[in-house]
Amino acid sequence: MSPGAEVRLEGLSKSYGPVVAVRDVSVTIGPGSFFTLLGPSGSGKTTTLMMIAGFVHPTRGEIFVDGRPVAGLPPQKRDLGMVFQSYAVFPHLTVFENIAFPLRVRQVAAAELRRRVGEALELVRLQGYDRRLPRQLSGGEQQRVALARALVFRPRVPLMDEPLGALDKKLRAHMQLELKHLQRQLHVTVVYVTHDQEEALTMSDRVAVMRGGGLEQVGAPAELYEAPANRFVADFLGESNFLDGTVVGPASGSRYRVRTAGGLELQGVGAAPLAAGQAVTAAIRPEKLAPAEAPPAEGNVAKGVVEELIYAGDATRYRVTLGPDGTVSMRIPNRLGTRPYAIGEPVTLGWDPAETRLFPRDVP
Amino acid sequence: MIPARRERRREWLALVPALLVLLVLFIYPLYGILSRSVYKGGGYTLDAYRQVFRVPVYLTVMALTFRTAAVVTLLCLALGYPLAYVLARVRPRLARLLLIVVVLPFFTSLIVRTYAWMVLLGRNGLVNQWLVALGLADKPLPLLYNQAGVLIGMTYILLPFMVLTLFSVMRGIDPALVRAAHSLGASRFQAFRRVFLPLSLPGIAAGALLVFILSLGFFITPALMGGPSDVMIAMLIEREVEITLNWSFASALAVILLALTLAGFALYSRVAGFERLFEGRG
Repeated sequence: MSPGAEVRLEGLSKSYGPVVAVRDVSVTIGPGSFFTLLGPSGSGKTTTLMMIAGFVHPTRGEIFVDGRPVAGLPPQKRDLGMVFQSYAVFPHLTVFENIAFPLRVRQVAAAELRRRVGEALELVRLQGYDRRLPRQLSGGEQQRVALARALVFRPRVPLMDEPLGALDKKLRAHMQLELKHLQRQLHVTVVYVTHDQEEALTMSDRVAVMRGGGLEQVGAPAELYEAPANRFVADFLGESNFLDGTVVGPASGSRYRVRTAGGLELQGVGAAPLAAGQAVTAAIRPEKLAPAEAPPAEGNVAKGVVEELIYAGDATRYRVTLGPDGTVSMRIPNRLGTRPYAIGEPVTLGWDPAETRLFPRDVP
Repeated sequence: MIPARRERRREWLALVPALLVLLVLFIYPLYGILSRSVYKGGGYTLDAYRQVFRVPVYLTVMALTFRTAAVVTLLCLALGYPLAYVLARVRPRLARLLLIVVVLPFFTSLIVRTYAWMVLLGRNGLVNQWLVALGLADKPLPLLYNQAGVLIGMTYILLPFMVLTLFSVMRGIDPALVRAAHSLGASRFQAFRRVFLPLSLPGIAAGALLVFILSLGFFITPALMGGPSDVMIAMLIEREVEITLNWSFASALAVILLALTLAGFALYSRVAGFERLFEGRG
């Protein structure tokens, strides 16, 4: 099937009267990549997708598909294909006719149409379902019909608006893998919208984190997780412990020495250049913290007391109070021989300065 | 579960007044009509029914009644579909306002509205004045006391029934379906023909049957706006009661009209039940 197109958004903005829904979004989506717009509700991710699809007209900016501007074209002329959160499977048509729809409006000959619908049914593993009506299908099956329908006419850029949002957890995980597999197999460019950070991380080649209509950070999942650009991204993707402090001075490279409000001496990597005396927030992932039996010669160390523990099967989560610096969360995988800590037990935490991110903090 | 059964028995009690009213004012007279249609001169006979089917003029009246009802239904559909479509697509607030406009005529009496049309459509009425003034007609057109008058009047009166029925079905059509059609490459016309129109079919069927059934029994409008030859069943019944005083024949006609209407309603409820077919969307 045809490989995906490159999609480029340039200064894309949308306002509804005084309300700005999308603010100056510029990003290039590589051909054949799985690109996700991630953000909480109201972040403008769906509006951005609707502008790419052509259902919403941008107030400013342009959309290029393989270098061709499309912002002035109606949806049916963009050849993009869309999967909706509500599936939007045609209730009066059989599974076969639903999938055949894009081919019928393109007047594809009968034999070719049958062959391609058959291929699409096979692709989403719905062979034998062709004569059923949508109301006879489960949610997951309906979603696969919507998927086959959006792929059967070989669009260059299938767009997906939270397509798995209505499915239960297990089916969602299964469909995530299937979708990712399909996208690799077909080499299409997928633009995907979700508010589920786990879904974004597992499926995407690149993720754009949105907030309040603007882009916060664009990058590969590992990049966003390991090197978030700001506190919002660190908080929205996965989990982070935040410690407020002040920059004491530079250390080696892009590292800085920081003293927390509670008097802890830390080192961390600045997400931006920092100056001595600047207010910062240090962010540390719970799984980067570990109890240090003997205090390490290098690295960050903090003494605390176990306040709470939650056993979660694969790991145990500890809430450790650091005194005036508040409480941090620590996640330790459960391995044979891992010694559990008891509530009230003193513990020394150690972690790598490279895994400590420092964000400038606005002081009120 | 005795208390539950007793509860249900009490609920039935609430229906008693309504049932009494129906019994006295509806069932009993209906029984009177039925018995009168088969009872004449001290014996039971089907003469009255035989007469309806033997005398050509009565069959002509019935054919005309059906034809008028069919044409009115088509006119209501042609005018009502676009209107309902717009109502279903505009913002909810505007839709509410427009709906009030649609049902506004119900607040005035049918007779008043029919007379109003007679004023408008008369030889020197507003419509003819405009037509002549705009050069669309050389001389006033005959719009009243003929088939045209009957069709205009009945279409006007029955249009809201068509619009409301269509609207209720169209409002239930998920706009995402039409958008999905566009995203899959369908032009506006293709999306309408392949998605919106088929999904609105239950509304078309239900609305058309409703208007058709209501048309069959129309009396005031055709009586006032039609010509001498525009006689519909209801008018024939009135004539037999008031002028010919042939009550047994009038009763037979009434029973036939009732039977036809009931058959229509049976069909209507089956078609209206169709809507459930499309509700099972996940």
